[in-house]
Amino acid sequence: MRPALRLAALILGLSLSALTHAQSDDIQNINRLVKQGQHAQALDRVNQYLATKPRDAQGRFLKGLILAEQNKVADAIDVFSKLTQDYPELPEPYNNLAVLYAGQGQYEKARQSLEMSIRTHPSYATAYENLGDVYTKLASQSYDKALQLDSSNTAAKTKLSLVRELISGASRQPRLSARGEPVKPGEATRPTVVAAAPTANGTGKPAVETKAAAEIKPAAAKAPEVQSEKAGTPEDAIKTVHAWAAAWAKKDVDAYLAFYASDFKTPKGEPRGAWEKGRRQRILAPKHIEVSVDAVKVKTIDGSSATVSFRQRYRSDTIKADSGKTLVMVRVSGKWLIQQERVGN
Amino acid sequence: MNPNLRALLLAFVVLATSIPSVAKSIRPEPETSTDVLLNHAFEEIAGQRFTAALGDIEALLRIRPNFRLAHLIKGDLLLAKARPLATLGDAPNAPVDRVVDLREEAVARLRAHRQRPAEGQIPRYLLQLLPEQKYAIVVDTGRSRLYLFQNEGGTPRFVEDYYISSGKRGAVKLREGDEKTPIGVYHVTSSLPRKKLSDFYGNGAFPINYPNEWDRRQGRNGSGIWLHGTPSNTYSRPPRASNGCVVLSNPDLDALTKFLQIGLTPVIISEDVEWLSTEDWNAERKTFLNAIEKWRGDWESRDTDRYLEHYARNFASKDENLAAWSRHKRQVNSSKSWIKVGVSNVSLFRSPGKEDMMVVTFDQDYRSNNLSNVMKKRQYWLNEGGRWRIIYEGAA
Repeated sequence: MRPALRLAALILGLSLSALTHAQSDDIQNINRLVKQGQHAQALDRVNQYLATKPRDAQGRFLKGLILAEQNKVADAIDVFSKLTQDYPELPEPYNNLAVLYAGQGQYEKARQSLEMSIRTHPSYATAYENLGDVYTKLASQSYDKALQLDSSNTAAKTKLSLVRELISGASRQPRLSARGEPVKPGEATRPTVVAAAPTANGTGKPAVETKAAAEIKPAAAKAPEVQSEKAGTPEDAIKTVHAWAAAWAKKDVDAYLAFYASDFKTPKGEPRGAWEKGRRQRILAPKHIEVSVDAVKVKTIDGSSATVSFRQRYRSDTIKADSGKTLVMVRVSGKWLIQQERVGN
Repeated sequence: MNPNLRALLLAFVVLATSIPSVAKSIRPEPETSTDVLLNHAFEEIAGQRFTAALGDIEALLRIRPNFRLAHLIKGDLLLAKARPLATLGDAPNAPVDRVVDLREEAVARLRAHRQRPAEGQIPRYLLQLLPEQKYAIVVDTGRSRLYLFQNEGGTPRFVEDYYISSGKRGAVKLREGDEKTPIGVYHVTSSLPRKKLSDFYGNGAFPINYPNEWDRRQGRNGSGIWLHGTPSNTYSRPPRASNGCVVLSNPDLDALTKFLQIGLTPVIISEDVEWLSTEDWNAERKTFLNAIEKWRGDWESRDTDRYLEHYARNFASKDENLAAWSRHKRQVNSSKSWIKVGVSNVSLFRSPGKEDMMVVTFDQDYRSNNLSNVMKKRQYWLNEGGRWRIIYEGAA
């Protein structure tokens, strides 16, 4: 299996367990070192890790981050740049590449990378925010040339946000409205620092992530135009999760699919129709399915969008899988609908 | 559509659609010309193809890196992706006057591009060129445009047109320092190469003969009216920017330089160029050539009254008014038994401006029983109630 596919499997995380657990333990330890500021040690560890798994996306991504922290910008650019070549379907390396370019004042390159990031994942909020900043900066450079201004003294250097993690976590706040349009870009001018968060298989500490995310992104900055007739409550969101699991377990595919928003971000970025077809087959194939959810927590909510995580227990005649799961939900016409579904909380 | 882009569209559409296109123009501009690319970008914006518009502007900036107007539009197209725009040139803290200047440049360029003179039209001013005057220039300060014509067997044929800047305070120069561009019939008098000039004048300068005979007679003063280039830090200047000079971009000046003949190339400056059909142009030309022929014949007739009928009440030569001139001519003619007047190499320009006036320059070959004289002569003829009369006459 090609690494890219393995990574996709890791994201889905339904069937693969032991192997990915071993990997992510390493990754998590390195992550912890990074958070503690022990960059040199973290770099050693990640290099060791990559010695055995040279193409591993998580490891390489982490290495890029460490290099960026150490201000080894050229090296970090090299790492992320190669990641975009090897994994062109991942938006995060493009985003981080753009951030590093922007830090060097190479806004045109930053713009191209961010546009790639968004092309990869059309609902990638962080990239939109960063792109808003880059466009503003590029516009200001053009205006300076047009009007012979010298704003280099007064304009603050554009500070964009590096994505701290590859796939998952709160880094992908739903900054899209239910219609799939970006939120008002005017609100996207404040750079967003995405906090460090646990890795993809969901064994991290969600509390940390929630707090950090909440600090950086005030609720007011989030998609206000998604306001529906009636703001959603945490209770509604939890009820929706249970109803969703029940429809799944009953193999009521139509009811199950109805829980997904029209702009649902399909896991591999595949067309909605293809994803639905795949789900229908997987749900209908087993003779019976058991799905139960527990420890349901609403992690962030602002009336129009919510992030809910829980433990998911899946049993069928062919597969047994337990995992953490996070649903990003949006309020559409008085209902909570799933906009993103991620394994891990 | 994204509301930001909608706002941008509105800002531009006002510009773009308020300037209708004239269907058939003299001759297409080269595809890579500045105004073709600029117009294309505006059409993309009007058609809501913003990415294509940005591509056009970036292509334009690759060939014209110091084109401030293009930078302004690029800024708008980029900023519109980040926040709503209120107007064209919506730079935060932008000096209003500079934005207004660039907007006016955009309007001038689009208007000139979309309303180019139609096939077969000739500016009223270029009635007859000398065979050695290979080219002629007509400047329209109102449209911020310079038109270049080639002399094709006496008929001016449109070659090219260029965006220009003119006087800060408009046209009809009267006084030194009034920051206005003169209106009238002039010609290029000399050439000043780049190395003799400061960077401000760009790739070179071509002084013209302001103030001409008529200007002086009207008491107009000032000097140093040139056609010249642009400083190296910008591709072009706003429509109203100079102290009275006619300013071209350096690439345009370079292109024009190839056609200019020192002491010969006419430069007619108008506030609002009048265009004639070839038919009307021919009729005007004939009427006026007849008037000159009549004057010549009446001079040969030695009937001094008939001859003096051609001179206006306010006539003045360099040193004589009509009374003195009449006395002088009567005295001279009384001693003649015959006069032959040859008129050749006639150039004929209608002068733009308030007065309905012609400027004629020719070689005069005067022979008589007691005196012969060959000279280059210039006359200004004024239309007085339908009758053309000479208001100034002297050596050219």
